[in-house]
Amino acid sequence: MNFTVNGVAHEVAGSELTPLLDVLRNVLGVTGPKAGCHQGGCGSCTVLVDGEPRRSCLLPAGYAEGTQITTVEGLGGPENLSPIQQAFVHHYAAQCGFCTSGMMLAAQAYLDRGGTDDHEAIQEALGGHVCRCTGYSKIIDAVAAAARGESFDLTTTAVGKYTTMATGGAE
Amino acid sequence: MAGASLASGAATEVLMPVSEEEAIAAFGDGADIVVVGGGTIVVPETSYRRLRPEKALLLGRAGLAGVSTDGGRVTIGAATPVQELVGMPAPLGPCAANVADLEIRSQGTVGGNICAGEGHEAPRGDLQGAFLALGATARSAANGEIAEEPLEVFLPKRDGRLLLSVSYDEPAAGAYAGLDRPHTHDYTALSVSGARGADGTVRLAATGAGSHGQRLPSAEGGDADAALNDVSPHDDALASAWYRTKVLPVLVRRVLDELKESA
Repeated sequence: MNFTVNGVAHEVAGSELTPLLDVLRNVLGVTGPKAGCHQGGCGSCTVLVDGEPRRSCLLPAGYAEGTQITTVEGLGGPENLSPIQQAFVHHYAAQCGFCTSGMMLAAQAYLDRGGTDDHEAIQEALGGHVCRCTGYSKIIDAVAAAARGESFDLTTTAVGKYTTMATGGAE
Repeated sequence: MAGASLASGAATEVLMPVSEEEAIAAFGDGADIVVVGGGTIVVPETSYRRLRPEKALLLGRAGLAGVSTDGGRVTIGAATPVQELVGMPAPLGPCAANVADLEIRSQGTVGGNICAGEGHEAPRGDLQGAFLALGATARSAANGEIAEEPLEVFLPKRDGRLLLSVSYDEPAAGAYAGLDRPHTHDYTALSVSGARGADGTVRLAATGAGSHGQRLPSAEGGDADAALNDVSPHDDALASAWYRTKVLPVLVRRVLDELKESA
């Protein structure tokens, strides 16, 4: 089977029934998608398949043949955080961080569809994602801010300061 | 390019037909074969090794997806994602919107929802009630023979047949009422769908009141409480039989009222 993951082409031999999540994590070593419940109930494994959010634990790898897959690694790294990642940092929308990559990819797809800062619409878009730290308010605030196109000075938040220090940026 | 191999799922022979004819041939008599629509029901079962099928038939690329309308008759392919029904008139649209969340609705298929086996702790087949209320027919195959029959005839024997599509005549009016879910990953504990045909006939059906969707003919004359003559609700993790018995007439009344208002 052939897929492109974050712009890199891969050829993988194996059963088309294997969940895409297992291919990403166990074969390709892409660990941004998390194996939370492994049965579609938590959303921590969500990736974009040709831009559409999908639970990678539920998707037979055969259905991803020939597609472009984006994981959180493909959104941006510590030195080039994407707007949605910056919004999550600015609004303290990650606590333990386990749900964060799935949340951000669902949010990215929502923004790509032209989603607004309407809280009800954001809740509908992220409705299958569970945050066991219960940080929902801050997550929704972050998505709403990104939907408004706000820009963030991450040096003004504690998490942002830590991130910029860790990557050698300004203190 | 990374050449790598996978260990899990290796024992199952996977068939991925690319046309309806190939799918029918691959299904054969349906023995020892598990049909996979979107994968949202089957994949957790195989991941956790609760299910180790000899053969898996993946329908995703068999050309069985799509909704078409021909002179007031709507046909929905078995591999159509549930999400494509959201926005359609009641009862189907609101019923589909009440299935899981956006991501799972976009992957799970109409055929998978209709053919889902009985859940262990919850009723499955959310859409069955809506299609029964619409008087839908099911087109299915086994042993290379295609048959089209009423959905209520098809449902009890769905395990042995490959569903290809469902069809129904657009109703004059439709209505849906269901219990709210505590979270999107729960199945709906109980819902009632209703439709009034062009000839004035009212059809009602429930999902969650039995092992699969069932018609409620006794209530179709307008007596909501009579719906309890048609079903015997059971206990599961989502609701007790007592609760379902209390709620069913309420949902039936709401659907009947909505149908009356749109008369």
